[in-house]
Amino acid sequence: MLYREAGQFKATYAEDSQIFPIRQDKIGFWLLMLVFGAAVPLLANEYWLKAILIPVLIFSLAAIGLNILTGYAGQLSLGSAAFMAVGAFAAYNFILRIEGMPFLVALVLAGLTAALVGILFGLPSLRIKGFYLAVATLAAQFFIVWALVKFPWFSNNSSSGVVTAQDVTILGYTFATPEAKYVLTFLIVAFMALLAKNMVRSSTGRAWMAVRDMDVAAQVIGFRLMRTKLLAFAVSSFYCGVAGALYAYTYIGTVEPEGFNLDLSFKILFMIIIGGVGSIMGSFLGAAFIVLLPIFLDNLVPAIFGDSLGAGFVSNFQLIVFGGLIIFFLIVEPHGLARLWQIAKEKLRLWPFPH
Amino acid sequence: MKLKTTVLLGAALAGLLGTSLASAAEEQFIGLPSYRVGPYAAGGSGLFGGWIDYMTLINERDGGINGVKLTWEECETEYNNARGVECYERMKKKGATGNTVFQPVSTGITYSVLEKVAQDKIPMVTIGYGRTDAADGRVFPWVFPMITTYWSQASAIVNYMGQKEGGMDKLKGKKIGLLYHDSAYGKESHAIMDKLAAKHGFEVMKIAVAHPGNEQQSQWLQIRQAKPDYVVLWGWGVMNPTAIKAAAKTGYPREKMVGVWWSGAEEDTIPAGTAAKGFVAAGFNVAGANYPVIADVKKFVYGKDKGNMEDKTRVGSVYYNRGVVHGIITVEAIRKAQEKYGKGKALTGEQVRWGFENLNLDDARLKALGATGFLPPLKITCADHEGPGKVKFQQWDGNQWKVITDWVDSDRPLVRGMIEESAAAYAKEKGIKPRDCSKES
Repeated sequence: MLYREAGQFKATYAEDSQIFPIRQDKIGFWLLMLVFGAAVPLLANEYWLKAILIPVLIFSLAAIGLNILTGYAGQLSLGSAAFMAVGAFAAYNFILRIEGMPFLVALVLAGLTAALVGILFGLPSLRIKGFYLAVATLAAQFFIVWALVKFPWFSNNSSSGVVTAQDVTILGYTFATPEAKYVLTFLIVAFMALLAKNMVRSSTGRAWMAVRDMDVAAQVIGFRLMRTKLLAFAVSSFYCGVAGALYAYTYIGTVEPEGFNLDLSFKILFMIIIGGVGSIMGSFLGAAFIVLLPIFLDNLVPAIFGDSLGAGFVSNFQLIVFGGLIIFFLIVEPHGLARLWQIAKEKLRLWPFPH
Repeated sequence: MKLKTTVLLGAALAGLLGTSLASAAEEQFIGLPSYRVGPYAAGGSGLFGGWIDYMTLINERDGGINGVKLTWEECETEYNNARGVECYERMKKKGATGNTVFQPVSTGITYSVLEKVAQDKIPMVTIGYGRTDAADGRVFPWVFPMITTYWSQASAIVNYMGQKEGGMDKLKGKKIGLLYHDSAYGKESHAIMDKLAAKHGFEVMKIAVAHPGNEQQSQWLQIRQAKPDYVVLWGWGVMNPTAIKAAAKTGYPREKMVGVWWSGAEEDTIPAGTAAKGFVAAGFNVAGANYPVIADVKKFVYGKDKGNMEDKTRVGSVYYNRGVVHGIITVEAIRKAQEKYGKGKALTGEQVRWGFENLNLDDARLKALGATGFLPPLKITCADHEGPGKVKFQQWDGNQWKVITDWVDSDRPLVRGMIEESAAAYAKEKGIKPRDCSKES
């Protein structure tokens, strides 16, 4: 009923190849944008904005980055957190060392720096595949964090390697309140997600998918493997780099290289596995799931069991439930939450007359 | 009828508000960003257990601080910065007056909330970790790296070696190995050790151990070749027992190894077995249950079966006692702040900050608390948020830690100079105007 498409005709190619060909989807999308872009900053309190919504958005962006590389181009990577670190430290250094550097330009430059480093570490992908490539990207993870600690120049000679993000100022307006920071993050993430969605629907994305599905075949029909793979690495690292810069500037405020460790890389990988490999929407769902579930459990478990259990048990129990839920989802729906949504939508389009 | 319901409702509402206000006024909320899972759970469970037990003791034995009951809530951080920030935000408005004090027990989380605490007016106390130059209270009014900092510790360790050698001038020409955790935490030791080496004329041999540090063969080979006179173990977690075992294997005397306070707990020596016998470590608190304050915890908290530790034998261990130190300092700062802002009242974070800044735990006060020798006497001022900078050295005798020195001083002028220099650089970068301490009351 909800998804009755009767009367929606496509008369041109442009209409047929829209992101949301169904009117209900389009309305739903704009409603979502309205809720998260306007209603949320007006209504949500500081805790929700600062501790939940901003990180979900930032991790979504990082997950989109990894999804482009792993989900679309088929190159397994364990270095996402390191590319985030490159972005964060690059943005810091650009703003610190170049007088009057505008924030948005620094953000783009940070992304480009991360992209360059990404290309460098993407080079082995031309020769090695699958798990072996994952090990090569693991080297990126350890090397970048090590380099950031090793050379004090990156952290402006801070004795502990920790940097504090400068104020975010765009056209004379300083984004200081949580609401302002949220809106800024939201706009950047929404814009980049749209860009990514279009990229994967265009010839670029099709080239990535061709390489993912069978690279020899892709090469035979005329895709240049090196260019395609390295472009995937560059774009992916660009997204992770921008996410890292936002992580430093609109979320944590103070970053240290160790914050971007292997655990974070794994977390981003889990996000795309849970959310859906090869899906932009899945990146958002996965990020929300991985960020929100532990917090939800942390509130829920003590509320149910009260003080009857030891605090150590409660903490471990949360991890057990978290792990259990991930296994449950992977068994029930190996293609992630995005696929669940897709199935639900298909059912809704036929409902209530499935035959 | 309608009037009656309105009046009744109003009365009920007023009653509700009244009672909630009345009960709220007697409670002081403290948010605990604890970690009981993950790689550092052994330290976290002991430390937060000790801290909670001390607060339970205050509630059970004294009925709170001048009648103000302490309440608390734990929030699991997993030693992860993002989770720590979430915990900070979640807890900061809890309780009638908001979170009183934030003590993350993680250097990473300390940095992550460093600027937030100043905006939210919540004092942050980092005992034996965190940002060293925050000891300059003029630049960092909201941060208290109390008792001692990493730099003071390094200096105290060198002073201890001087004592062992029979004078600081005897250190000339000696070689000291610095086996450090290759991270921001481990690198914190470099600048100060270089300064001290230049001053006393010894040589520092810096040897990095990559995280997590369960593989140290090449490092100990290097030590065996160079034969340093002492080895400072600047480790954390699994790196410590590995180092001790490797030392035994290469035949390096454990008596010549000096651990920092994150390398000197039962969790570091017991896994190393007999190899750990003779190992020395610094500590701003000591191990042992033979202190009146611990006896009181056993009597009033565990006697009533209200203890937090699942394994009661850990009461009196290094991490547990460190948690008690956190408890003592928190409670005493609230008590001090109540003297100014009203006894028996719940205070805001801003008011408790004053309590921390004017905290004075002299010998008499420590004796009254039953903690003489348990932690060094502590006096905080507006300019100096660190305090004594003293540590005691303990030696592992195979079964337990034995205190082998009195409080060992650090080179205060040297350390303070470095702190002020670093804090001034931070103030310049962030455009902070340091407070004028002569105008603070």
